[in-house]
Amino acid sequence: MFIKGMFTKSVFKKVMLVSCLVASPVLSAASLNIAVEVPKLTVAEYHAPYVAIWLESTAEGDKKTTKTLAVWYDTNMKNNGGQKWLKDLRQWWRRDGRDLQLPIDGVSGATKLSGVHNLNFTLGQAPLTELPKGDCVLFVEMSREVGGREVVKVPFSWPVKAATTHSQTGSTEVGAITLVLNP
Amino acid sequence: MKKIISQLMLVCLAGAAVTAEAHRSWMLPYETIKAGESGWVTFDLASSNDIFQIDHGPGRAEGLTVLTPEGKTEEAQNIFTGKLRTSFDVNLLQQGTYKIFLASGGLSARWEDAEGKRASWPARGEKANPADFATAVPKDAKNLQVTQGSRRVETFVTLGKPSVQALAPTNVGLELVPITHPNDLAISEPAEFKFLMDGKPAVGVKVTVIAGGTRYRNAAEELELATDKNGIVKIQWKAMGAYWLGASYKDEKAQKPAKIRSGSYSATFEVLAE
Repeated sequence: MFIKGMFTKSVFKKVMLVSCLVASPVLSAASLNIAVEVPKLTVAEYHAPYVAIWLESTAEGDKKTTKTLAVWYDTNMKNNGGQKWLKDLRQWWRRDGRDLQLPIDGVSGATKLSGVHNLNFTLGQAPLTELPKGDCVLFVEMSREVGGREVVKVPFSWPVKAATTHSQTGSTEVGAITLVLNP
Repeated sequence: MKKIISQLMLVCLAGAAVTAEAHRSWMLPYETIKAGESGWVTFDLASSNDIFQIDHGPGRAEGLTVLTPEGKTEEAQNIFTGKLRTSFDVNLLQQGTYKIFLASGGLSARWEDAEGKRASWPARGEKANPADFATAVPKDAKNLQVTQGSRRVETFVTLGKPSVQALAPTNVGLELVPITHPNDLAISEPAEFKFLMDGKPAVGVKVTVIAGGTRYRNAAEELELATDKNGIVKIQWKAMGAYWLGASYKDEKAQKPAKIRSGSYSATFEVLAE
């Protein structure tokens, strides 16, 4: 009984250890949850905006990194015709867009209807393969046909010890942006 | 009396200055940055006092050259020359930066003949053949002035990511070599360009920068600049929009039989949001 008990305990420990090893990467996987609002606009001629969502970091000894997380444009046109207006996402186009070959799986997609769109990115998985420590900025840029253009910036520091929320709201073309950082 | 003369002189000088700077040549693209697999851009080529105002004369389309991102030449399409402007289209089929330009240059001579009458060579509208210089210009020409001149009017448009191959200088005449890419100009960022005269840094080039739409301003609000000892000029843009840049240079380092070497240059840029 004594021996059996020892055995059971040790098995239990091993099982715990294994399950912890398996579970820990999942539990501690850092992630970014971004809620992006495409505002409902009452205008005579409305077209869903082109949207770019990207991260910039000045960390790692002034090494500037730029990472596009999402870009929404007209993907239904023949011969990638919808890419013609990507340059109207002016800031993103200069910072990263013109260096990319679209479409990119998990990054590019069709334009979205008005409302809140939730995006989740796990650190270490494309497109959020890395996030340097230090000061970062989340950018959300929207540009609308026969409409305007706006860029909203959400500055934050990485890493975080506990889940942290940052919010910003645009004034014309971009709605509410909520960024949740999970350690 | 002395005062009147000096005032008259001043008026004459002012008049001369205006004449010298009148009717600027320009080549205006209606878009400078395109995205996607290809794209058409349309251009106007004209000369006028007000920047980008089509009200004086068309530019000559002869010699109009399109340099592709690979550095190959092709022809502009749908060229039309009216009373006040020349228009044309370029179909951007390759990713990168295109340079569209008009460049000319050569020898010219002015002198006075035995009776004091002014004469010049070559005849208006003709290009000088240097081999004819000895026979065309009399040996006893008075006040002979022989100039090696160059003239360039150009602009730049980019499909996708800006590139630099088409921007390489020819090392003939007055040319602009970008430090800041001409299709990557943003309102918040000063731009730097280097000027070369026959391939060497041109010091003291007079550079004038004017935002388009002078017709709707009481003053041209031009920026008067000069290149530094390295041939570099730095430009701080005032607002987004299309800009005209004019540059002129003159020295006495011409090859014989010319004594004066001169170059004139103009380009159009678009300055956009950050």
